[in-house]
Amino acid sequence: MDTPVKRKLKVATTSLAGCFGCHMSLLDIDERLFDLLELVEFDRSPLTDIKHIGTCDIGFIEGGLCNNENVHVLREFRSNCKVLIAVGACAINGGLPAQRNHLALPIILQEVYHTSHGLAAGSDIPNDPELPLPLNKVHPLHEVVKIDYFIPGCPPSGDAIWKVLADLLAGHEPQLGHGLIHYD
Amino acid sequence: MSEKTFVLDGKTIPYAEGQTIMQAAMAAGVYIPRLCYHPEFKPHGSCKLCTVKSNGRQAASCTQLAQSAAVVESDTQELNDERRALLQMLFVEGNHFCPSCEQSGNCQLQATAYALNVMSTHYDHFFPDRPLDASHPEYLLDFNRCILCSLCIRASRDVDGKNVFGLAGRGIKSHLIVNAQSGALADTDFAGDDKAAQVCPVGVILKKRRGFAVPIGQRTYDLKPISAMPDAKES
Ligand code: SF4
Ligand code: SF4
Ligand code: FES
Repeated sequence: MDTPVKRKLKVATTSLAGCFGCHMSLLDIDERLFDLLELVEFDRSPLTDIKHIGTCDIGFIEGGLCNNENVHVLREFRSNCKVLIAVGACAINGGLPAQRNHLALPIILQEVYHTSHGLAAGSDIPNDPELPLPLNKVHPLHEVVKIDYFIPGCPPSGDAIWKVLADLLAGHEPQLGHGLIHYD
Repeated sequence: MSEKTFVLDGKTIPYAEGQTIMQAAMAAGVYIPRLCYHPEFKPHGSCKLCTVKSNGRQAASCTQLAQSAAVVESDTQELNDERRALLQMLFVEGNHFCPSCEQSGNCQLQATAYALNVMSTHYDHFFPDRPLDASHPEYLLDFNRCILCSLCIRASRDVDGKNVFGLAGRGIKSHLIVNAQSGALADTDFAGDDKAAQVCPVGVILKKRRGFAVPIGQRTYDLKPISAMPDAKES
């Protein structure tokens, strides 16, 4: 009789208001990617180019929320993933993009598109209806949906990401000790 | 006469009359998390991170005197959960973007959060608007990261005899001020060799043009956890 094949866990990943640094760190687990691919298959992710998320076991999200599309994608991940992991400083506290939060959005747009140096003639604040609308402030993920696990760091090291994924896949509570837990 | 002792997390700790639980624990090499206590200054008892249970009652160990035969708990799930919540509140009340903070890796707030495995900020962020004071030629004040520990106030008043810093406002409106008519550091007699320039546990009082001289990843608490060196930091 055939031995039953263990179902691979489905993992989706996305970058919201992030820089893809956390995804680069995921690739930094190097040859452990082969071990990972024995255990998981990727659903929606920049690595697969699948555009819409299906039912998944784990959602891996880098970046915070700076526009309405980010919020939409986050909610889609929450309703399709059993476990959501906020990865990196931006997902956890807004990070670099949130450093605009003490300025009013109209002032930022004015400065960038109307009054800064070196603008092309006729430069104006973009208002194409296809463009997502910026939020007044950048928010971390946990302010909008429940997040199950967090991997801090800017970006977290490949080792930290691997430790959390390996702990989860082995069915333990993830633990990062000294040297792996970093906020910078 | 037999030595006076109490029991901290199952370990017998000797103490001298008049010592606080914190002082006795430090002398015995036991780490109790703390932020507003510094061994060179009078305790302030405000951050509550050092809270322990002594004979079942909660007390700030930096102000509570050691008592003979007391049973003291510190490293317990309950107390550490409360410490994590206090740390998370400190993070969301200010603006702590560690990757761009010059103090990252030397910061006691960050290192304490590492030691207690704080993985997220948990609460909603305030994102307050707190302008910098870059008026002084040698030092910068980044109020975004102030945790109101009052160490700079105590150092300036009690050691430097200058009274450069103060606390103003109440409750959630409490904030650090500079004692000058203009409110600017440049208009005080603050100097780089003041004790107040050395004591900030976080990244508020920063020497200019030094920023990233030691790269991130090679700093005090990158190398050792804070429990191994609670007060050391690059000065
Ligand atoms: S003061 Fe400490 S916790 Fe705050 S941003 Fe700087 S390194 Fe991070
Ligand atoms: S500036 Fe630093 S030392 Fe002074 S109260 Fe704030 S955190 Fe404490
Ligand atoms: S260290 Fe004791 S209350 Fe802050």
